[in-house]
Amino acid sequence: MSDTSHTSSPGFAGTPFSRRLFLERGLTLASMAATVPQFIQQSALGMLMSTPYSGNGVPTDRILVIVQLGGGNDGLNTVIPYGDAAYYNARPSLGIGAPGSGAGRALELDQQRGIGLHPNLTGLKSLLDDGCASVIQGVGYPNPNRSHFTSMDIWQTARTDGQGNGWLGRYFDNTCNGTPLPEGSIAIGRNAPLALVGDIQKPIAFESADLFRWLGEDLHASLKQPYDAINRAGALEGTGAGTQTSFLMRTALDAQVASERIRSAVARAPLAPFPNSDLARQLRTISAMIRDEMTTRVYYATMSGFDTHAGQGGPHGNLMQQLGDALRAFQNDLTAQGNDGRVLTLCFSEFGRRVRQNASGGTDHGTAAPLFLVGPMVRSGVFSEHPSLVDLDQGDLKFTVDFRSIYAGILADWLKAPADAILEGTFRKAALFRPGV
Amino acid sequence: MAPPPLRPLPAAKFDYWKAHHLLHRAGFGGAPEDVRSLANLGLDKAVDAFIEPAAPGAQAPLWNADIMRPPTPAEAQAAQEARRMNDEAALEQIQRERQRREGLDREQMRAAQTWWLTRMIETSRPLEEKMTLFWHGHCATGYRTIEDSYHMIAQNELFRRHALGNVADLMFAIIRDPAMLEYLDNDENRRQRPNENLARELMELFVLGEGNGYSERDIKEGARALTGFTFDDDAFVFRANDHDATPKMLFGKRGNWSGDDLVRFLLEKPVASEFLCWKLFRYFVNDAPGDPTADGRAFVRALAKQLRDGRYELKPVLRTMFRSAYFYDAVNAAAVIKSPMQLIVQAVRSYRTPVRSMSALVSAADLMGQSLFQPPSVKGWDGGRAWINTSTLFVRQNVLIYLLTGRRPQQYDWPVTDDAYDARHLIADVKAGATQTEGEPPPAFLDAEQVARFLLRFSLAARPHQSRVDALSAFLRQNDGAAENDRLIAALALISAMPEFQLC
Repeated sequence: MSDTSHTSSPGFAGTPFSRRLFLERGLTLASMAATVPQFIQQSALGMLMSTPYSGNGVPTDRILVIVQLGGGNDGLNTVIPYGDAAYYNARPSLGIGAPGSGAGRALELDQQRGIGLHPNLTGLKSLLDDGCASVIQGVGYPNPNRSHFTSMDIWQTARTDGQGNGWLGRYFDNTCNGTPLPEGSIAIGRNAPLALVGDIQKPIAFESADLFRWLGEDLHASLKQPYDAINRAGALEGTGAGTQTSFLMRTALDAQVASERIRSAVARAPLAPFPNSDLARQLRTISAMIRDEMTTRVYYATMSGFDTHAGQGGPHGNLMQQLGDALRAFQNDLTAQGNDGRVLTLCFSEFGRRVRQNASGGTDHGTAAPLFLVGPMVRSGVFSEHPSLVDLDQGDLKFTVDFRSIYAGILADWLKAPADAILEGTFRKAALFRPGV
Repeated sequence: MAPPPLRPLPAAKFDYWKAHHLLHRAGFGGAPEDVRSLANLGLDKAVDAFIEPAAPGAQAPLWNADIMRPPTPAEAQAAQEARRMNDEAALEQIQRERQRREGLDREQMRAAQTWWLTRMIETSRPLEEKMTLFWHGHCATGYRTIEDSYHMIAQNELFRRHALGNVADLMFAIIRDPAMLEYLDNDENRRQRPNENLARELMELFVLGEGNGYSERDIKEGARALTGFTFDDDAFVFRANDHDATPKMLFGKRGNWSGDDLVRFLLEKPVASEFLCWKLFRYFVNDAPGDPTADGRAFVRALAKQLRDGRYELKPVLRTMFRSAYFYDAVNAAAVIKSPMQLIVQAVRSYRTPVRSMSALVSAADLMGQSLFQPPSVKGWDGGRAWINTSTLFVRQNVLIYLLTGRRPQQYDWPVTDDAYDARHLIADVKAGATQTEGEPPPAFLDAEQVARFLLRFSLAARPHQSRVDALSAFLRQNDGAAENDRLIAALALISAMPEFQLC
């Protein structure tokens, strides 16, 4: 599919989904047209007609979902090196027992290497059993920074100084031919994560779809109609092209269209049940938008609470349960939609935690940790070596995989984008996917 | 005589709407009666009211300077001992104490955010606050990096002290400012191991602009000139031992240069004055992207010359700018996109809405991309169109709904307030016929269209599009039976949702 088929052919003969979208959305367009025929803008048409084209060779139907675990997830109690006595020495009360009978024991992952999963990660375990998840151990970066903010900035910018735009913002900037994609990236949350911010591309961010709209309409029914007329008019007649005013009028129209789309997408019931947690709610929202064939390439979900300095056992267990179950439900829903093959999920945290537990039954900020990839396209299994538990750097694990080589693999092989240019350097591309991806 | 690009507006042309323009650009706006008083002063006195305000600045609160103070010798020794003995309990205790202090410090930073926003809303010296905000974005320092609220607050006081002062003095002060020294790692800049961060940003961001008349060599030599500029607790110190006192080659001149010499050399370059005047132009006059017009270029060049010739004194330059015919030209009406601070403060000052909840406003500003004391990077805020995207646009619309009505969506954590808002003062001037532009007759009677036209003109910073006037008049007529105040508030809700409302 190329964009010329959309712009030059009035029949929108491209893919079946754009035809269907036109039939559905065309009604909205028509109702707008009745009130303000001459003002309909290119940008809104672009969104309604769904022309997800950008640079040459960049696939338009592949989606990346990021799940960010905020606070520093305890990697050692997530992927458990039960075969290593040093683990139990360092974690006399927090250590999780080797797989076996009885409650609270690790789930078997790799018996030969003595690696298990947190007992509550049943959801992730079943994804691994289905061959559609991978665990990559020991992921970090040189000269680790133990500040939440700085380390998160480093992960989000893919730069060790944590400065500049986000890596996914740069992905869009590098592939979008100078024009932002109106709904290219969406973050669920109050603030847009730095990872999605580019010079050209800016993310849409909302905490819940119901907030992504004008509140004034709740005040009095008589406000709705004039509000819509004002904000759906696009650039008014006589407004000079390229002026501040026309820029604002076009953005306002984009916002209305995106708001309506997102809220109508999210209003539909999912095809598979989701558990009751905040992450599950976010992934359910994302799944609904994917189902609605939005042109969004990158979605961002965030889970917090991983900064477990004290009494970590119970709370961390709950987080593990929520995480695994939400990922499993998300995958089930995508599979029921038939979209699972289009969606890769990356789950990371800004750092792991100190090997030795502290005196408060918790763990302090650490360094390297495992990350997860989910989707039927990934090479499933456990990859790379677990860092040594005795050869430490100031009490912390030494990373074995630079996270930027994971990004390089995702950019090059999944998003088919120029990884070196985006990452501003060359990182050995990790082989993350099945052959043929 | 001012050169042609800086020619002042003829005094007789300074009418109600010119005063409105001045009040919203040089300050954060004001109610119709404030506009009227300003118009009555005449151009020169009106501009002077911003440059030389009569009222003194409000006293700042007493902040706690010691939350993040360095450890005392005894504390340092105890910590060293605990580490040596591997005394886990003691180390744990030290860590807890540090975490407690960090928590207190974040609280003080939040209090300072609220304090500054309140100050912008209440000040009778609005240009001073607006320039303080300008410098905060120009010589940006972020709290998250330095984690010392008192240093951020002290830097804010520094910006306020020099807000309308001399640029050279400000630059001499900023290379001695603990927050800046820490943010740009100059506390690590030593003779044996120079750190280029401050020298680079001084050239690239503070004084010359990226790529404007300096080389990598100048950065390296400039960094050497700045070695030893550091701080101890809350005060600047010059550590002679860490300073590289050997000759340096700066901009082709050889000598034993210091940090102050570096600042002097930078400001001697004509490009320095042009760089700063461009930023002032974008901040106060027009921030449309793309190449400026020939008039705009001539205006900035002439301003820059005045800045240089006046040895970097800001007041004369700002006075010239706010008196100039070009500042009031139609091309510069509604040409600046409001920053989140401008949006909030202007709404409160111009409409006189209740402030509702100061912490809700701080959090709304954060959602709109402007967190005070936390600019996104050393580049500060990009401003202009970078403020606007589909997400921030809804927050911008919704924070106005909140100010006007006290309502908020369920999931925002803004407290609902029912402080009454009386909007009727807004149309007093139009009723009295005080708002007429030269040559237009006063209205014979007040009807929906006149109210609509006035509220739009007052809110949108330029003559409104006829379709807006039609829509708003129709709305007002349709709701003829409602109480006048409710109708006005609803009209303001609609106006504030107009895309053009984001312009100033």
